[in-house]
Amino acid sequence: MNENDIKEVIFTILKRLAPESDPSELAPDENIRKALDIDSFDALNFFVRIDEELGVSVPEADYGKLNTLTEMLAYFSRRLA
Amino acid sequence: MAEFCMPSLGSDMQAGTLIEWRVQQGDRVRRRDVIAVVETDKAAIEIEVYEDGVIESLLVEPGEKVAVGTAMAVIGTESAVKEQAMPAISAPGMHRGKVSPYARTLAAARGVDLNMVIGTGPEGAICAADIEQAAPAEPAKPAEQPGEVAEPTQRAAMRRAIASAMARSKREIPHYYLQTRIDMHRTLQWLASENAQRPIKERILPVVPLIRAVALALGEVPELNGYWLDDHHRISEAMHIGFVIALRQGGLMAPAILHADALGLDELMTALRDLIQRARSGGLRSTEMTDATVTITSLGDLGVETVYGIIYPPQVALVGFGKIIEQPWAEDGMLGIRPVLTATLAADHRATDGHRGAQFLDALNRYLQEPEKL
Repeated sequence: MNENDIKEVIFTILKRLAPESDPSELAPDENIRKALDIDSFDALNFFVRIDEELGVSVPEADYGKLNTLTEMLAYFSRRLA
Repeated sequence: MAEFCMPSLGSDMQAGTLIEWRVQQGDRVRRRDVIAVVETDKAAIEIEVYEDGVIESLLVEPGEKVAVGTAMAVIGTESAVKEQAMPAISAPGMHRGKVSPYARTLAAARGVDLNMVIGTGPEGAICAADIEQAAPAEPAKPAEQPGEVAEPTQRAAMRRAIASAMARSKREIPHYYLQTRIDMHRTLQWLASENAQRPIKERILPVVPLIRAVALALGEVPELNGYWLDDHHRISEAMHIGFVIALRQGGLMAPAILHADALGLDELMTALRDLIQRARSGGLRSTEMTDATVTITSLGDLGVETVYGIIYPPQVALVGFGKIIEQPWAEDGMLGIRPVLTATLAADHRATDGHRGAQFLDALNRYLQEPEKL
């Protein structure tokens, strides 16, 4: 799975959580939760779906390292390598 | 024999629109069964029935908007059924014969008065074909993006509903406000080690121990759990905690976690997840909309430190939580850094005094210092 595939998965999940948004317009270093107004419940739902789709279980301690698209792509690429 | 009336699903509700009946004439119902779906200014709510019985007649058609208190159905209670129930009181404009559910939906969609339709089904029942006969389908028009047209109206209606409840609150309730800072390091540490052992799906969010601590603290200061009604303070024995949920399209709802005091952390997490999902996608029940005895609002997700809440009438208290922020913390002559939560209480001074309110916040703090007991 390359970065583009991962990005697709992230966008699909975000679109489900924030249907009125267009995640592809996110800037690489934009804070995703703030940009899309995602609360802590939907943030948890995001990681549940990431686990289901990518098979990557994100420990709670890492939540804070995953604020932007750049951070997520790097993190998931590394975990999937 | 009992009339089932349009319930008030909140102090701000004047009328509701019947979306659908989930029962038909002759159906046997039990207390707490969902028998109808009603659209309010805020959402489509599943309406529960309050007693066992048999549906004798349905008085309101789907699509009709009726005022709170209007009789919507006649339910024969068990004893009345045995004694041969009286025929339903007739009112003009209401069809009493049998109508198939699909025919009802069609009639509503095409604006057909069921009284004007002659049924050709068994026992004169009106079926879909009769509606087709009365009002043939118009050729399909190109869609006018109904979502975009309907949304602003619904948003405006919700805004008005919130406006009326909040204006009533500020007009009638003499609020007093108390605030305390709570060291959250014990609860957060306990939660982190608990969550580390759990699969993602079973992890608990920090707001859950907060709700649990509120339930326990209210057990010590029950005066804050209840209503101010007819110039009297009524303490509620049941504890149904309303939780404020922001909706993505704007506006908010505060449905209740029923019997929250009987739920442990895992059960609370499940209940809250379920409630949030249904608040956002539909399917809340009438008791969840009406029965809250106290409300919690948590704005911590947005980085707000302190919430000065407005009580939802006729309740007498609202507990507010801000964001948990690392702050300098002096204790035992030492300065350290702690994750600190600002908890506030907005309470009705007619029902309680600041002294009791302070005891509540003190108890809340105490419970959050012993998370393993939550």
